[in-house]
Amino acid sequence: MTSTPLVALVGNPNAGKSALFNALTGARQKVGNYPGVTVERHSGKLVLPDGRIVELVDLPGAYSLEPSSPDERVTRDVVTGAQIGERLPDALIVVVDASNLDNHLRFALQLIALGLPVVVALNMIDLAARDGLTLDPVKLSAELGVPVIPTVAVRRRGLDEVKATLSGLIVESAAIRLRPSDPAIGEDIVTLQRRARKIALGATVSEAPVRRWTHALDAVALHPVWGVLLLMVILFTMFQAVFSWATVPADAISAGIAWAQESIRATLPDTPLRSLLTDGLLAGVGAVIVFLPQILILFAFILVLEASGYMVRAAFLMDRVMASVGLSGRAFIPLLSSFACAVPGIMATRTIEDEKDRLTTILIAPLMTCSARLPVYTLVIGALIPDRHVLPFVGLQGLVMFALYIMGLVGAFVVALVLRRTVTAGVSSGFMMEMPKYQMPRLRDVAIGLWSRAEIFLKRAGTTIALTIVLLWVLASYPVAPAGQKQSEYSIAGRIASGIEVVVRPIGFNHDIALALLPAMAAREAAVGAIATVYSIDNPDDPRGDNQLRRNLQARWSLPTALAFLMWFVFAPQCISTIAVTRRETNGWKWPAFMVGYLFALAYIAAGATYWAAIGLGL
Amino acid sequence: MKPPLSLESLPQRQCATVATIDWSHLSTPEARRLRELGFDEGVGVEVLHRASLGKGPIACRIGRMTVALRRAVAGAIFVSPVAQ
Ligand SMILES: Nc1nc2c(ncn2[C@@H]2O[C@H](COP(=O)(O)OP(=O)(O)OP(=O)(O)O)[C@@H](O)[C@H]2O)c(=O)[nH]1
Ligand SMILES: [Mg+2]
Repeated sequence: MTSTPLVALVGNPNAGKSALFNALTGARQKVGNYPGVTVERHSGKLVLPDGRIVELVDLPGAYSLEPSSPDERVTRDVVTGAQIGERLPDALIVVVDASNLDNHLRFALQLIALGLPVVVALNMIDLAARDGLTLDPVKLSAELGVPVIPTVAVRRRGLDEVKATLSGLIVESAAIRLRPSDPAIGEDIVTLQRRARKIALGATVSEAPVRRWTHALDAVALHPVWGVLLLMVILFTMFQAVFSWATVPADAISAGIAWAQESIRATLPDTPLRSLLTDGLLAGVGAVIVFLPQILILFAFILVLEASGYMVRAAFLMDRVMASVGLSGRAFIPLLSSFACAVPGIMATRTIEDEKDRLTTILIAPLMTCSARLPVYTLVIGALIPDRHVLPFVGLQGLVMFALYIMGLVGAFVVALVLRRTVTAGVSSGFMMEMPKYQMPRLRDVAIGLWSRAEIFLKRAGTTIALTIVLLWVLASYPVAPAGQKQSEYSIAGRIASGIEVVVRPIGFNHDIALALLPAMAAREAAVGAIATVYSIDNPDDPRGDNQLRRNLQARWSLPTALAFLMWFVFAPQCISTIAVTRRETNGWKWPAFMVGYLFALAYIAAGATYWAAIGLGL
Repeated sequence: MKPPLSLESLPQRQCATVATIDWSHLSTPEARRLRELGFDEGVGVEVLHRASLGKGPIACRIGRMTVALRRAVAGAIFVSPVAQ
């Protein structure tokens, strides 16, 4: 039996492997302009011109076959066939950045020496041209002894040639496939590097001096004063935008949900089913979906930062702070990604070389304010913090939001400092990183990124959150309270909440919050849904909609309680997915258990301190 | 003979070539990464940006690449300036 041939995409970080993978297979793997975007293998199906189907795998970028971080290990294992249960690739597509040949050819030489059939994709020739560089692919091919195809992955140029070359390389009778021998892998980096430089020089036809945009931009972006200011302005604009740009679409969604609730009330008789639909699903899930525009705005900002090449600049500016708490400057990139969601953020830590360094980054990633906290923050801030301007263009609500983000960051740095001196003490992996050239973010890439986030969010709202809410509705609706008693207190859910309330009363939490804490474990946004559902059950005759939820909060929560609740959410590890991914990435329950423990303790202390301080201040 | 000049103290925008690298000052992973990024005797380097005065990383050009390094590492790379 002949199995499908296996072809692997390999090369230096940021060479455009994933972009080429997407172009060849039609997949939508994440592409970004910084080293270390891909951290695990992804496979897809590629149809060759002769009709044969091959399995194409996209791999994390690496500098050599000697891995220095967990992601690079994956690459080495796949191309040497060392991966357990994995066959040796039948051919390699070695992707090199044409504008950076000296360096990329070194790894290419090492890969060619493995002895597998190779085609070199001379990618980013457009960028090389932008740098005034003209290359001779024929000469390069003669020097390397393998076919070289110029490509522009993002514009789908050179794809047909790559496919045609590939079908020539993959011979059907590969039954007697030899394991690669190791000679040049042993050849040391310096020797290979010198050879690579010579070949690169030989393949360069001409080099015209041009104005390098990247340097001009970096003069500002990396400036000790302007650079830091710019980073602050970018982050602050991001949070203000999240708060103010989303109002119109959010109101529209909210109105749509209210309309749906009213229509169901008008058509269905008053049965438990009607209540489940309106008070449970529509109120609960609706309260979460309203936040889709906000979450997309946040993601749009992060996607643009990732695509432009700014991420590494942010890491550069933050390195001093990172070093002072014992972390690698590189860790700032996973942390910044965790503003969107801690799960991919934690996976991105695979690019960090030192084990303890990486572990520390994983443990503090949940402190970055992820998008799932937005609904909680927005709802509570919108209801209880006055909407006024403290400075021109700076609203008080936006400022409180910003403060919560900063709290998370400061918390993370303090925790890192403590951990690095205790449980994860060790050397830091320092900061040594390639800085990519700036690129204009492609609208299509950003749109695809947003679309897949919207899909994930809606799916989560439709499954995890909807299930949680239905369960909550059942537990909160039965047994039916006798007249004069509050349904939210008499029901099963109410009684469970009363038990939790005993523990959280000292930090200012009321019965509503106690009731929301358990569903929030499934997903933070579910807290908002849970509160909406409970109020809806308690007051079935209220007018529907977002504003009503806000009015209920204003009536039932004091300002100190609200502040304590916000503070709780800065720290509390209310996310099962984060705990699960931590378990996977650290191979066991020890560290996730530690993480959950320390975060709950911090949340409790911070919420309590905030509550009593607010009471003391007479708020 | 002039005292050796390290990459850390090389004036910004002054082209130079790598003279020697003091590998004993670097950890094994650091040394390897440095080699992988193309640092080698005779290669052209230039300091492009410094994150802040005194501390913080520096951004330098090595070959065609821009690389960020911490000062301690840059201090182990000795360079000889080339006339422009
Ligand atoms: N101008 C230009 N940009 C490209 C080309 N190919 C890829 N890019 C861009 O280069 C950046 C890196 O592309 P990726 O596909 O993420 O690189 P990768 O090799 O998968 O990187 P890692 O996963 O980090 O190893 C992205 O911003 C792409 O949009 C190209 O041919 N021309
Ligand atoms: Mg990739």
